Amino acid sequence: MLDSHALSDRIAEILDAHQGLEGPLLPILHAIQEAFGYIPEAAVPQIAKALMLSKAEVHGVISFYHDFRDKPGGRHVLKLCRAEACQTMGADAVADRIKKALGIGWHETTPDGRVTLEPVFCLGLCACGPAAMVDGRLVGRVDEGVLAEVAK
Amino acid sequence: MKLYVPLDSAAVALGADRIVQAILDEAAARGVEVQIIRNGSRGMVWLEPLVEVVTDAGRIGFGPMTPADVPGLFGDLASHPKALGLVEELPWMKGQTRLTFARVGVIDPLSLDDYRAHGGLVGLERAKGMTKAEIVAEVTESGLRGRGGAGFPTGIKWKTVSEAPGEQKYIVCNADEGDSATFADRMLMEGDPFCLIEGMAIAGLACGASKGYVYIRSEYPVAIRIMDEAVRIARAAGILGPAFDMEIRVGAGAYVCGEETSLLNSLEGKRGIVRAKPPLPALQGFMGRPTVVNNVISLASVPVILAKGAAFYKDFGLGRSRGTIPLQIAGNVRFGGLYEVAFGLTLGQIVNEIGGGTASGRPVKAVQVGGPLGAWFPPALFDTPFGYEEFGAKDGLIGHAGLTVADDTVDMLAMARFAMEFCAIESCGKCTPCRIGSTRGVETIDRLARGDASALPILTDLCNTMKFGSLCALGGFTPYPVLSALTHFPDDFARAKEAAE
Repeated sequence: MLDSHALSDRIAEILDAHQGLEGPLLPILHAIQEAFGYIPEAAVPQIAKALMLSKAEVHGVISFYHDFRDKPGGRHVLKLCRAEACQTMGADAVADRIKKALGIGWHETTPDGRVTLEPVFCLGLCACGPAAMVDGRLVGRVDEGVLAEVAK
Repeated sequence: MKLYVPLDSAAVALGADRIVQAILDEAAARGVEVQIIRNGSRGMVWLEPLVEVVTDAGRIGFGPMTPADVPGLFGDLASHPKALGLVEELPWMKGQTRLTFARVGVIDPLSLDDYRAHGGLVGLERAKGMTKAEIVAEVTESGLRGRGGAGFPTGIKWKTVSEAPGEQKYIVCNADEGDSATFADRMLMEGDPFCLIEGMAIAGLACGASKGYVYIRSEYPVAIRIMDEAVRIARAAGILGPAFDMEIRVGAGAYVCGEETSLLNSLEGKRGIVRAKPPLPALQGFMGRPTVVNNVISLASVPVILAKGAAFYKDFGLGRSRGTIPLQIAGNVRFGGLYEVAFGLTLGQIVNEIGGGTASGRPVKAVQVGGPLGAWFPPALFDTPFGYEEFGAKDGLIGHAGLTVADDTVDMLAMARFAMEFCAIESCGKCTPCRIGSTRGVETIDRLARGDASALPILTDLCNTMKFGSLCALGGFTPYPVLSALTHFPDDFARAKEAAE
């Protein structure tokens, strides 16, 4: 974990790198999440000041989008598609078995911090469903076998 | 030895990267020199990973490949168990009219030379010699309508922006392709990114816009990477520059940002809340300035229209649906993938003849056309020709031309409930019919599931309120899957009642 000075320095760097963009907030938030794995609370006033927004506005944007998390996720993030095309190929049943095996529900992280399970609505793999994304990697025709990839 | 192995997301999700590694390992072990080109997908997803080997006769396909099938590629190709023959001669390829997707799967997506050699940049060159009004007229004349779903004539939108006063105008490409069963935008960006860049540059000339943005959803990591690289290459080659330049922006997992005004807010760094119209984005769009917001396929169809002329494009199609449409056949289907064809095939031809029926081998029960906000069609309506007005006449829509096939195990009450649940999760919250109505919709369908038939008129009334009272298509079109399920599959709603009793 970074101390608060290192954190604010890193955020300042990110803010600096996005100067001159039109509508820079989403690129900034993506970069911060990329750097820290989540958007630290302490980043909010710093971003607000740099962009001349209120803290509430920045918080409102972070909380609006499913992608941004305000606390660290698990070491692995497993996203399972819940959308219609994957449902027709048995996505619900696969998700139920994976939830049972991990002992968690949607948006939860296993107690050992190993896996965060998230729903996703379409990965564009609709002709080879059910689809999943494991730590950013795409998987088609997914089943419980995917658990091996998040075992450690 | 020269081979093609797709970098397309679907191919990668089915193991294409492992095949590449296996080919490299096998080649090294045999001391054979190989050149592997990572192409887009030909659209035959059931054959992915599809490897193509270049021979004197043409490109021979092999698929679906597993690493165990790789050593055989170094032996007698004709006797390989996964050999498919010449890819161009496969029935799936021969039946298509590939105008927008002509190069996808064929070329190296990041080679400008390849792009040029296959007709790329001809449209842009022609546009450079035309006036703004002439380009707009050409696109209008082609009959091209927005391929994102709404079907608004592209030329008319461009005309509005072109004639709007303002120093700074924008071309925004909506690549927030969130509808289930759609992946045409993704395939185009991954397989032929320069085509989209060329289309946007032409739009820039036509409208007097010097800046473009492509807003790609974060669920498409491969498309983001390819578009980023393609923009850098195009800039280095002088195709993009001071006259027209563009940036790739990444969404953050909000479905509603596929709605154009919500997308503009998101692009500006705000919550993806829908804006009331008017003012039209064409007049007050990104940063309050005149903005074209077009879908990927709309913009990617422009180069061929400029290169070959409006009349050529207009010649395809039926009625007021001109040109071609990339069908995306998905869900529980035997031959799923992308099939570009002129408008006018019937739904039954698409599902049964091209798609080959279900993957499970069970009877088709329903097909959802147009994504999560599209209607479910029963086989009784399979004679409906694929066109904007034709589907509208049957209380449906073609949307972005995605089709989800479901077999007879699907529970239509559950699908109706899911439509409402999805709307509740993804609602931006601005208007009440969508924000509250979707949650009440889930509760009302749950009442039906418990056998409470008195909830039925409440559900239809609620759908009516959402349809006519919502600000955008999310709340406004969620009733399509719900009411179509109710209308065409009443047994599923009645069976639930018996089960409850």
